[in-house]
Amino acid sequence: MRQPVLAVAGVTKAFGEVEVLRGIDLEVQEHQAVALIGASGSGKSTLLRCIDLLEEIDDGDVFLDGEVITDPASDPVAVRRRLGIVFQAFNLFPHLSVLENVVLGPMRAQRVGRAQATEHARELLERFGLGDRADEHPERLSGGQQQRVAIVRALATRPRALLLDEITSALDPELVGEVLGLVRELKGEGMTMLIATHEMGFAREVADEVCFLHAGAIAERGPAEQMFSAPEQPETQQFLRRLLEARRL
Amino acid sequence: MDGSVHEGAGAQLTTVPTDRRAAREAARRQRARRGAAISIASTIVVLGGLALLITQSKGWPSVKETFFSWDAFKTSFPDILRGFWLDVKLFVSVEIVVLVFGLVVALCRTTRAAALYPVRMLAAVYTDVMRGVPTILLVYLVGFGIPALELPWLPSDPIVLGGIALALSYSAYVAEVYRAGIDSIHPSQQSAALALGLTSAQSMRHVVLPQAVRRVAPPLLNDFISLQKDVALVSILGPLEAFRVAQIFASENFNYTPLIAAALLYIAVTVPLARIVDRMQSRGQVGARGAVR
Repeated sequence: MRQPVLAVAGVTKAFGEVEVLRGIDLEVQEHQAVALIGASGSGKSTLLRCIDLLEEIDDGDVFLDGEVITDPASDPVAVRRRLGIVFQAFNLFPHLSVLENVVLGPMRAQRVGRAQATEHARELLERFGLGDRADEHPERLSGGQQQRVAIVRALATRPRALLLDEITSALDPELVGEVLGLVRELKGEGMTMLIATHEMGFAREVADEVCFLHAGAIAERGPAEQMFSAPEQPETQQFLRRLLEARRL
Repeated sequence: MDGSVHEGAGAQLTTVPTDRRAAREAARRQRARRGAAISIASTIVVLGGLALLITQSKGWPSVKETFFSWDAFKTSFPDILRGFWLDVKLFVSVEIVVLVFGLVVALCRTTRAAALYPVRMLAAVYTDVMRGVPTILLVYLVGFGIPALELPWLPSDPIVLGGIALALSYSAYVAEVYRAGIDSIHPSQQSAALALGLTSAQSMRHVVLPQAVRRVAPPLLNDFISLQKDVALVSILGPLEAFRVAQIFASENFNYTPLIAAALLYIAVTVPLARIVDRMQSRGQVGARGAVR
């Protein structure tokens, strides 16, 4: 078996008394998309933030290309430069234009020259249908456009893997499609992705593997088709049944 | 009113309520006229009453002579204006120092690096002490205390010493304004900056600080206005600034009109500044997320 791009081994994380993650094991192979599903509060977002070292884990380790990145002695800044994350609430920088949002990482973190960073940013924006928005400020954009800019901003740093944290949960329903379309494109290009999502139809279509998180642990995992058509664990069955009742599946 | 030519389905609807609309507009105009009339009348009553009360008072003739003497105004004004030029130079240079030093203190207070603990503590003590001591006392202490040390490399010019005292005092207030601005930027902005691979210093410099400064621009300008007036405190050290010059004229002639002249000069600077603050604040409310550009 090839070495996974991302590997999570026995990771636990508690906020005070609350154990949010209780021993997570997970692997994402190159060009694979793994979907994390589960109820709100099951630990999906925390897991992604821990992988990007925005939260410090308590136990276990995370590996990027076989190298441990959660060693207390390693430099978190250098690790974050190799990963990209997109947040639920976009978190674009409101005082900067779309283009400046996209070039900030390459220019400041990776020391790419302005001309080169701008060229790459314009190319990416153009490719994802945002070329005419480059000089606008984020507040002038629709939610869907803002989230697409956030994805482009993460891509501009040429990450080894992309972490997507419920990127459509803050969007109006009619804007979800354009964002998922972009992720679909990335999958087609072979981007390695770990996707926390509530969009089950999308997870089923794009993900190579689906992990169901329940109470801070992975209760069940498997190929997308099997997870949605024949889940084995009672928790998974119940979760999917509830979604079905709410017409979200 | 109806029967006029309209096109399209939507236009037909407007033909029905035309009379109602005209009546409503007439009522609205009448309300506006009444409101204007009432405000004019009440202004005349209040201001006229006040003027009457003051001018009919027993002491008014002598007050008029000692505070509002045109002759005293004419003779003292040129010198006061020259003195005021010193105020302007002093307050502009102190403000520049305050904007920079206040930011340094604020950054020291927000740093979380363990090695910088003493710096953080010093900054906290500094803001507490400087905000606790009355500015006039600080001007005394610095203005008379530093020269008393008789160290040749320390400044002895009273204008410089007064400026230092004001800068010490105002930097503490301005540091707290900056800090409030930094704290008001949501942590998710910092997360997003770190996620791009920026260091925490870079995310402060390129993401948090630019937004924070924009947000606190109105309160910063407010402190600027107070500083502009407090420059007069330097007069206790002796330099011939506007208030001091006016005081000298007043005590020589037993006429206080020069003080009124000095007051008018301070107002001439603070009022336009206050209007700028108002405009910034109303723009901040209209613009999304309080971003002022």
